[in-house]
Amino acid sequence: MAEITSNSTDRHPRRLHPLPLRIMHWINALAMIIMIGSGWKIYNDEVLFGWLHFPQWITIGGGPEGALQWHFFAMWLLMINGLAYIGYGFATGRFRRKLLPIWPSEIISNVRDALRFRLSHDDITHYNAVQKTLYVGIIAVIVVQVVSGFAVWKPIQLSELMVLFYDFQGARLAHFIGMALIVGFLIVHVALALLVPKTIGAMVTGGPRVDEPESPEPTPPAGSAAQEAR
Amino acid sequence: MLKTPSPSIFRPEGGIAKSVREQNKGLIEEIDRRKILRGAMSLGALTMLTGCDVTNKSPVQSVLKAVSSFNDRVQQAMFRPNHLAPTYSEAQVVKPPRFNAYYDIEEVVPVDGATWKLELAGLIQDKRPWTARQIYELPEEEWIVRHICVEGWDYIGQWSGVNLRQFLQRVGADLTAKYVSFKCADDYYGSIDMASALHPQTILATKYAKQLIGDPFGFPLRLRTATKLGFKNPKWITAIEVTNTYPGGYWEDRGFNWHSGI
Repeated sequence: MAEITSNSTDRHPRRLHPLPLRIMHWINALAMIIMIGSGWKIYNDEVLFGWLHFPQWITIGGGPEGALQWHFFAMWLLMINGLAYIGYGFATGRFRRKLLPIWPSEIISNVRDALRFRLSHDDITHYNAVQKTLYVGIIAVIVVQVVSGFAVWKPIQLSELMVLFYDFQGARLAHFIGMALIVGFLIVHVALALLVPKTIGAMVTGGPRVDEPESPEPTPPAGSAAQEAR
Repeated sequence: MLKTPSPSIFRPEGGIAKSVREQNKGLIEEIDRRKILRGAMSLGALTMLTGCDVTNKSPVQSVLKAVSSFNDRVQQAMFRPNHLAPTYSEAQVVKPPRFNAYYDIEEVVPVDGATWKLELAGLIQDKRPWTARQIYELPEEEWIVRHICVEGWDYIGQWSGVNLRQFLQRVGADLTAKYVSFKCADDYYGSIDMASALHPQTILATKYAKQLIGDPFGFPLRLRTATKLGFKNPKWITAIEVTNTYPGGYWEDRGFNWHSGI
């Protein structure tokens, strides 16, 4: 009995990316791709910028009615999954441990290193200040994107939201800019992941076991045991 | 198999007489069989074309349709019956209004106001038809509200006419029914939920910017509701039906969301 307890997985440190987090990451990736591709098709029907039409082959949904169906399907996926992710991030303390604190001086030195191609990306268990800023930033952008999406969807029922975006076209523009920022993040995120391929593996299998417990208040015995194991 | 038709202005009032059905039983069955055969053949032909057309009947398509129906119910729950849409000043009104239909403006067939009639059907006590003159005599109200199209464009318009709630009360419509359905002179058709029909800013419009509505914009009578997308506002209305049977609509039957509230 005692042997089983000491060998049980409870005593092992958690994975870098616990299973719920990985599931939420990939659901979000899928939902976001559907939202962007169908959103481009919807945009094409009444463009904000005359010079910008998205080619049909990179859009999702076929016609405008199909694109709207996909958009208003994936919105549930994105919202429910996003709420679960935010709840998880706060409840487990993951946000606090992984994304905070962010020091401006660290960002500056990171950027300086990056410009000299000396910014290390190799320790995937620790985010540098630029990564932290990007991750906190993209979470905030997606939250604002959901809010502007509600404003475009329900400009009358949620007319109070309209104050934030000036008017209906303002909300459309905000929703477009949010999309552009998310696409920009996606390009950088995927490019850097491809540069350090083990990050992709870690988001699939969970990555190395780390000594940080995935709970808000680490209990002293568990912490010391994990340190010993190291 | 013949289904019992639900009451509708689009069918004979008493349904199809039983004797007629008996007489033509063989013919009806023959036609039904041919329809099945034709369906089978065209489905076979479709699979030889690109995959796109076949997905219309795919499980993916039915999931998307089911979510769209679910979204109808969500929008119904989000609807605030007494929440007014923002209104604007006369100076902001765009003249003339922006044209929209399922065809180009050159193809508009004007409606003759002298012979035009508004027919009523379904769960309405007084089904006497209305002439344009009778409609003009009804109390009029004006709303300067934003028109938002599903495509993403919008403009501010100044619409006046009889309040739909008051009109439905006047003709003794069942206000607990689910749908108000519209038939138009250009074969367009559409329907809205009763809650939206009873909203204070939903009117049967006869005027735009204090003038009779122009031919391309729905003369003599069109729906104008501040709480729905543009395509939910049928123009050149010729018949109104109050019903509990889902009536669909021109664009809705082609995959656009039915509630389409804003």
